[in-house]
Amino acid sequence: MVKFEIHDLNIWFGSAHAIKHVNMEIQSNEILSVIGPANSGKTTFLRTLDRLNELNINYKMTGAVELEREDVRGIEIEELRRKIGMVFALPLPLPLSIFDNVAYGIRMHGEKRRRKLEEKVEETLLQAYLWEEVKDRLSESAFKLSGGQQQRLCIARTLAVGPEVILFDEPCSGLDPISTAKVEDAMVKLKEKYTIVLVTNNVKQAARVGDRTAFFLSGELIELDKTDKIFTAPLDKRTDGYIRGKFG
Amino acid sequence: MVIIIQKGLPAINWQFLSDIPRQGMRAGGIFPAIVGTIYLVLGAIIFALPIGLLAAIYLSEYSKDNLLTRLIKLAIVNLAGVPSVVYGLFGLALFVIFLKFGASIISGSLTLGIMILPVIITTSREALESIPQSFREVSLSLGASKWQTIRHIVLPNAIPGILTGTILGLGRAAGETAPILFTVAAFYLPQLPHSIFDQAMALPYHLYVISTQVPNVDEKIRYGTALVLLALVLIMNLVAIIIRYKFRKRKKW
Repeated sequence: MVKFEIHDLNIWFGSAHAIKHVNMEIQSNEILSVIGPANSGKTTFLRTLDRLNELNINYKMTGAVELEREDVRGIEIEELRRKIGMVFALPLPLPLSIFDNVAYGIRMHGEKRRRKLEEKVEETLLQAYLWEEVKDRLSESAFKLSGGQQQRLCIARTLAVGPEVILFDEPCSGLDPISTAKVEDAMVKLKEKYTIVLVTNNVKQAARVGDRTAFFLSGELIELDKTDKIFTAPLDKRTDGYIRGKFG
Repeated sequence: MVIIIQKGLPAINWQFLSDIPRQGMRAGGIFPAIVGTIYLVLGAIIFALPIGLLAAIYLSEYSKDNLLTRLIKLAIVNLAGVPSVVYGLFGLALFVIFLKFGASIISGSLTLGIMILPVIITTSREALESIPQSFREVSLSLGASKWQTIRHIVLPNAIPGILTGTILGLGRAAGETAPILFTVAAFYLPQLPHSIFDQAMALPYHLYVISTQVPNVDEKIRYGTALVLLALVLIMNLVAIIIRYKFRKRKKW
C-alpha cells in the first residue's frame, strides 16, 4: 500500500532551491533510506513530510505531498504530526523527567489517567529497548541518560503518540557503534507496525536496514530502488560514485 | 553606604518601624511610608507582570519579524531609558486628571507599572528567546499545539529570566520618587490608607520631604529612613534571587 505520494515537489528557502522536482512514493511498512552528501536536501525532504519546514519563515513549496491520498496541507497540523513522528539527529530530550518525556505527547493530546500513562510509558520503552535500563529511575531527569539512551528515549517518546509513520533524521550521527546497533535493531523491529523513513549519512547503515534506498544529490532525487539493487547495480553513475565513497 | 548604616542603625527600633510620624515628622516612626511603598510595589507588579509577560510572549513567539515589530521592540528598549519624572507627568495627566483617579495608590501603582513595563518585557523576551529552538520543534513534532508548547516547555524554562526582569523592575519601582510625586505621595499623612483610591505616604518621597522640606529633623531619622528603604529593596531582590536560584538548580539542560 502506498503511504506517501510526492508530486513534483519543489522547495525554496529564500532564493536557495533546496528540493528540485521530486516525484516518489513511500510504501507502508517499509524502511526507506535516504542517502546523499551534505546539503543534498535529505533533511529538508524529511521535514516536508510532517510540515516542520513551515517553522522557517523563508520557506516556500510547490507541488504536493499526499498522506494516504490526502494533501498534508489539508490535514490539521497537530493531527498530521500525531500520525507522523520524528526522531531528530541529536538526542533531544525535553527538560523533563524520563517518564514525563515519554508521556508528553499523549498528555498534550488530553490523556490524564495515570494508569494509561504508565502503561504507555512501559510499553514504548520496551519497544525502544530501554525499559530494563531505566525502569527504576523514571523520575530522574532525562539529561542524566547517556547519549544512546537519550536517543532511544526519543524513539519511545515518538512511539507513545501512536504514529503511523516515523521519520528518522540521521538518528545515529552522535552515537557509538553499540548504541547505533541498538537503535537499528529497534528500527527493523518497528517496521512491522510503522512506515519508516530514515535519512542517514552512513551509507552502510542504509544498506543494513533499508528495504529501498533513495539517493539525493543537490536537491534532486537521482535514483530510488531496492536497496540491494542500489548497492550492487545502480543505474546512475553518480549513485555508484557516492556509495563507493568517491565523493560526498 | 557605610555612612548610611552608621548613622541610620541607631534609629532603627520597633517603634520607628511600627509607629506613625509625630511632631511634624520630627519624631515617631515611618510605618505608613513602609506600608505605602509595599502597596505601590505590589500594585505595580500586579499590573505590569501579566501585561509585560503577554507582550513578551507575543513578541518572541507569535509576531513576524518585520519592520513594524522591529520598531516596536526598539521603542520598548528606549522606553526603559526614559527618565522617571516623565512617567510621573504621564501618570498625572492620564490617571490623576484624565481618568479622575486623583492622587491615589491606584494612580501611583499604574504609573510605576508603566514605568517598569519595558524592563519586564525586554528581559522576559530575552528569557523566552534563549530557550533552544529544538525544544519547540520536538514539542511540535509530537503533535502539541503552539500554545501547549509555550505553556509546557518554553515558559517553565524561561521563568528564571522572567523573574530577573521582575526583580529589576521591583527595585526600580520601590526606589523612585519622581513617578509617585504627582500621582500618589502624601506630604504628611499619619495614618494607613483605607482603599486604593486613598493617598499614601511612600518611603522615597518621605525621605525627600524630611531631608529637604522640613526643618530640624533629627539626622538619625533621616538616615534611618534611608536604611529602611535600602533594606526593603535588598530584601525584595534577595527573595527573588532565592526563587531564581531554586529554579536554576532544577534546570535540566
